[in-house]
Amino acid sequence: MRAADLLVARRSGYNFAFLDEHSKREVRRALLKAVAIPGHQVPFAPRELPIALGWGTGGLQITLSLIGPRDVLKVIDQGSDDSVNAVNLRRLITRTTGVRTTTDTRRATIIQTRHRVPEESLRADQVLVFQVPYPEPLRRVEPSDVQTRRMHAEQDYSRLWVYLYEDIVRWGDVTIPHRYPVRVHGRYVMDPSPIPRWDVPKLHRSPTLGLFGAGREKRVYAIPPHTRVEPLEFDDHPFRVEDFGGERCRRCGSGRSFLSAIYDRATGRRYYVCSDTDYCERRIAGGAAQRAAAP
Amino acid sequence: MSIAPAPSAVPPAADAQPLLVLERLLKIYGEGCPDCVARTGPAAGTNVCPRCRSVVACGDLSLRLDPGEIFGIVGESGSGKSTLLRCLYFDETPTAGHAYLTPYEAGRVDVFAISPQRRRYVRHHLLGMVYQHPHLGLDLDTSAGGNIAEKMLMAGTRHVGRMRERARELLGRTEVPLDRMDEPPRRFSGGMQQRVQIAKTLANNPPLVLLDEVTTGQDVSVQARVLDLIRSLGRSLGLAMIAVSHDLGVIRLLAQRTAVMKNGRIVELGLTDQILEDPQHPYTQLLVSSQL
Ligand SMILES: Nc1ncnc2c1ncn2[C@@H]1O[C@H](COP(=O)(O)OP(=O)(O)O)[C@@H](O)[C@H]1O
Ligand SMILES: [Mg+2]
Ligand SMILES: [Zn+2]
Repeated sequence: MRAADLLVARRSGYNFAFLDEHSKREVRRALLKAVAIPGHQVPFAPRELPIALGWGTGGLQITLSLIGPRDVLKVIDQGSDDSVNAVNLRRLITRTTGVRTTTDTRRATIIQTRHRVPEESLRADQVLVFQVPYPEPLRRVEPSDVQTRRMHAEQDYSRLWVYLYEDIVRWGDVTIPHRYPVRVHGRYVMDPSPIPRWDVPKLHRSPTLGLFGAGREKRVYAIPPHTRVEPLEFDDHPFRVEDFGGERCRRCGSGRSFLSAIYDRATGRRYYVCSDTDYCERRIAGGAAQRAAAP
Repeated sequence: MSIAPAPSAVPPAADAQPLLVLERLLKIYGEGCPDCVARTGPAAGTNVCPRCRSVVACGDLSLRLDPGEIFGIVGESGSGKSTLLRCLYFDETPTAGHAYLTPYEAGRVDVFAISPQRRRYVRHHLLGMVYQHPHLGLDLDTSAGGNIAEKMLMAGTRHVGRMRERARELLGRTEVPLDRMDEPPRRFSGGMQQRVQIAKTLANNPPLVLLDEVTTGQDVSVQARVLDLIRSLGRSLGLAMIAVSHDLGVIRLLAQRTAVMKNGRIVELGLTDQILEDPQHPYTQLLVSSQL
C-alpha cells in the first residue's frame, strides 16, 4: 500500500494512528513492562503495517501507540530529517494522525530515530523512540536465544567481556563502531541500536524516556529517565567516543558534533559535515543572525 | 584404684575442618521409581533400574575431602565418575543429596540448594574443572589468554593488564610457551590444550579442582608430563583435587585416598596404598590384579 492510499484508507475507516486501540494497548503494556525493567527485552506481537519489516516497524509501532493529537513529531534517519526513510515514516504517521511535525529537535514531543541521538540536549517532556534492527547485545557471542535468555537471567556477560578483551589484544582497542553494548541500571546489558559511540554518553542519566522497538525480532525495551547507562569498559581501557582528529563541520564549523565524512569527487578529498542536519542548520542560521545583528 | 576415663570424657581429636562434605548424592537419569536405588548397584550388577529403565548414575554417594588433599576416584567406564564431578560443578542437577564447601558460608549452606546466581559464584570462585575433552573447558577459537581472562571476568576482574599478567604467570606454570598466549588453542596439540585448560581452571585460585580423566587418550610421555604438573601444582598451591580416572596407575600416582566405584556406588574407600596392597571388595581385587 502506498502512503497516499492511506489517506483514503483512513477516511474509509482506519483508526487514529493506524493501529486499532487494542493493538496500541498491547504495545503500551509491553512498554510499561520494559520501563519497569530497564534494559530488559520484552516480547511483543507486531501488527501488519504498510511498511516492510526492517524499515523501522518496531519504532513506528511504539510511536503510533503513544502519539496523541497534540504531539509534535520529528522523524530522523542517521540524523537527517529528509532522508527517504524518515520522510516515508513521517508521512505515514501524519496522514493517519494529523499531528504537526517539526525538524526542530527542541519543539518535538516525540522523536523517532534511526541510528542517532540528536546533538541538542533532550528534556523530560520529550520521548525518544529508537528503531532497532538487532535487539540482542549477546548475539555477537551466542547464536541461540535460549542461551542468551539464560545469560541475561543469570547476568552472565563474561563472553561479551571476552569479546572486548580479544578485540583489545588484537587491535589495541575495542573496535565496535556502533551498537556499543551498555549496562543499564547496573543490571541488563543492552544494545543501544546502531547509534555511534558518540551518542552513548548522551543516554546516561538522560531526563528523556528512551524507547526501543525491534519489529522483525518482536522486542521492545526502554531506558527510563535518569537511568544509569554505562558502556562496558575495562579499568585500563576506558570507553572512548569517536575522534575526528580536529576536523570540523564544513557547513557550520562545529567541532563538537558527530561528523559524517563526505568524499568530494572533484577534489578527491574528504570533508566533514554534521550528521544532525537540524543542529547544523540552526548553527548556520544563528551565525547568519549574529552577523546580521552586528553593526 | 585408678579409674580409666570414660571414652565419652575424651574430647574427640579436633579434626581439621573438611573442605568438602558430600552427603548422599543421588543422580538418576530418567523418570525414576521407588525401586531404582534398591534394584541397582554392584550387587545387582547394573545401574539400570529393571522396573523403570532409569539410569542410577550416582546412588547415595558420600565423601569428605580435606583442604589440600588429592582424592582419587577409580572405576570402569559408566560407573558414574564423571556424573559425580558434573554434579559438584553444577553441570548437572542432582536428583537428591547435599554438598557443603567450607569456603562458602563456612560450610553451613548446602550448595546444591542455592540460587543459580550463587551457584555461578561458587563455580567460578571456589571450583575449577578440567574436562577430559579440552573443548568442554575451553573455547578453542578464543585465544589461550582470552580463555584465562574469561574465568577472571566471571569473577569480576575488569583490568586487561592484570588479566594478561595472570595469564602469563599461569601459562608459565603449566609450561605453555608464552608467545602462544594470543593464539587460539584449536591450533595446539591435545597435551597443550589440556595444560591451557588447567591454567584457566586455576585463574581465580580455587581451593578445589575437579579433574576428569585428564590424561586419558594421550601419549604416555604427555601423560607423565601432565601428571607431574598436577602433582607439583597441588603441592605448590595447596590445592585440593578430586581426580577421576578409569586407570588405577594414574590414581596411584596422584591420590592419597581413593574411592572405587562400580555401577554408581562407592564399593571401597581408603588410603590408596592400602587399597592397592590389600583390596577388600572383590571388584577392587579384580581391578588391582588386572591393572597393576
Ligand atoms: N545425560 C545422560 N543421560 C542418560 N544417561 C547418562 C547421561 N550421562 C551419563 N549417563 C549414564 O550414567 C552412567 C554414568 O556415566 P558417567 O558418569 O559418564 O560414567 P563414567 O564417567 O564413570 O564413565 C552411565 O551408565 C551413562 O550411560
Ligand atoms: Mg567419564
Ligand atoms: Zn526405577
